[in-house]
Amino acid sequence: METVFTPYQSLGGGVLIGLASVMLMATIGRIMGATGILAGFLQPSNSSDWAWRAAVLLGMITGPVVVMLVSGEFPAVQVPVSTAMLVVGGFIVGIGVTFGAGCTSGHGVCGMARLSPRSIVATVTFMITTGITVYLIRHVFGA
Amino acid sequence: MRLISTYMIGVVFGVGISISGMANPAKVLNFFDVAGTWDPSLAFVMGGALIVTFLGYRFVLRNLAPMMSPSFQLPTRRDLDLPLIGGSAFFGIGWGISGFCPGGALPAIGTGNVDVLIFVGALIGGIFAAKAI
Repeated sequence: METVFTPYQSLGGGVLIGLASVMLMATIGRIMGATGILAGFLQPSNSSDWAWRAAVLLGMITGPVVVMLVSGEFPAVQVPVSTAMLVVGGFIVGIGVTFGAGCTSGHGVCGMARLSPRSIVATVTFMITTGITVYLIRHVFGA
Repeated sequence: MRLISTYMIGVVFGVGISISGMANPAKVLNFFDVAGTWDPSLAFVMGGALIVTFLGYRFVLRNLAPMMSPSFQLPTRRDLDLPLIGGSAFFGIGWGISGFCPGGALPAIGTGNVDVLIFVGALIGGIFAAKAI
């Protein structure tokens, strides 16, 4: 499935992601990592720790609604894979980000911005394995 | 005040993810499909987010403490171990299969798309499975 190259929207979206990361650090001193925020929401250590995570997650979910109210349509979610691939992929992502202690937002943005060696290695690792996986699925197995 | 602030920060993140294309698996997978229907857009997401966060953190972390908490909670580990590398490698395989990463999928719940809910359910299952190991 072809998609349109959107450098300006993508850069603008990236700047907002960066701003949110900086603001979460400036206000409550936390890393804006989707994995860490979700994991602590699912298994909270105490009620005040749970509350800010719930608020961030609720805000995230409001994001597409804001986009819809402003532009008149929800952001595109085009899924070119089967339901089985979503289930298997989602489960593997859940295991991977738990052991790897982060994902694209936590390691790829916040950790890389801090020049954390762990985050740099994690990001390079998952970018490579994602690329290999997409290549194998699309060009070797031809799905 | 703390919860209103964190909610608004979540909204900024969610709007950013929405317009960036990170919530759209077709776009995410095309970024990695250099040999096929390549779409380099996501490099601009990463670039924009990294530059802003890099500069912003330099400014913010000069303070002794954040505005609404007693201290900054930053990861301190610097060692490279097998769970980090193996887990990250595994994450990439799942990302390549599904096209969703956690930061892209969680805001996308707000679109009401059923595929997003299926992915997030499986993601949560994987998180609990990993914690049980």
